[in-house]
Amino acid sequence: MIELYLFLVFMIVAAIIATEIKDLLAAVISLGAVGFSVAIMFILVQAPDLAIVQIVVEVLTVVIFVAVILRSTHIDETVGKKIAGTQITAVVLFSVFAFLFLFAMFKAIQELPAFGNATMRIAKEYIRLGLTQVGGANMVANVILDYRALDTLGEATVLFTSVIGVVALMRKSGRKK
Amino acid sequence: MIIFISCIILFLIGLYSIVTKRNLIKIAIGFALMEYAINLLFALIGFRKGALAPIITSVDSPHNFVDPIPQALVLTAIVIALGTTALMLVVIMRIYEKYKTFDIAEIKKLKG
Repeated sequence: MIELYLFLVFMIVAAIIATEIKDLLAAVISLGAVGFSVAIMFILVQAPDLAIVQIVVEVLTVVIFVAVILRSTHIDETVGKKIAGTQITAVVLFSVFAFLFLFAMFKAIQELPAFGNATMRIAKEYIRLGLTQVGGANMVANVILDYRALDTLGEATVLFTSVIGVVALMRKSGRKK
Repeated sequence: MIIFISCIILFLIGLYSIVTKRNLIKIAIGFALMEYAINLLFALIGFRKGALAPIITSVDSPHNFVDPIPQALVLTAIVIALGTTALMLVVIMRIYEKYKTFDIAEIKKLKG
């Protein structure tokens, strides 16, 4: 499982580049590198459905980011500017929060089963009965379309609400100049 | 153990970008990074060593699968992440058209 660690190191480096670089186009491409690494890691942890969706979503995300940057500017003018007092406060507060959060997550992760030994209390029943109760061979599809179908309905609601918001903000007619 | 902590570090890089950066595009990038980190953490929690993807290929073979429930939850979260990112970027584009800057300090100054 050494490749998982290598990909995580690569993703952390790419994420730091994405947040610190001056050229916004380069930052978005670094974000794309993180997203496609996530897709490859999904394949490595035996989640092909997630990998397919992640690739489609990642392409769309990068295209939308690039479209917004091409309509505006690709230079981040805030990099290298004189640091304001509020920003120092934000960094200090973030450091305190990050320390506390890491400590809490360290405690929480110790309660989880170790990596590679998921307990699957509910999923055992789903896998045993899924083929006869639902009839689908793909367990992920069985869960999202039958056992947790209301969750998927909520997802569709959120997605259509965001599409309505995007259309309302993008339209040309009816806007005051 | 270390692999979970690495996901949390990725999450914290995204949070750092949201809290301390003054460029709106960098803030949107921070949101995307946090989403990736959490999705990856869920998929890693459901992993079992030596198990296969949760798709039944023959009824007789033993069903030695990874946990399908985190995968189903993450599948929902990935699509919602796309919707929120698209909405956020459209709002950022309109803000740029009005103020001609991505700097949130400048936008506050021009509010009047």
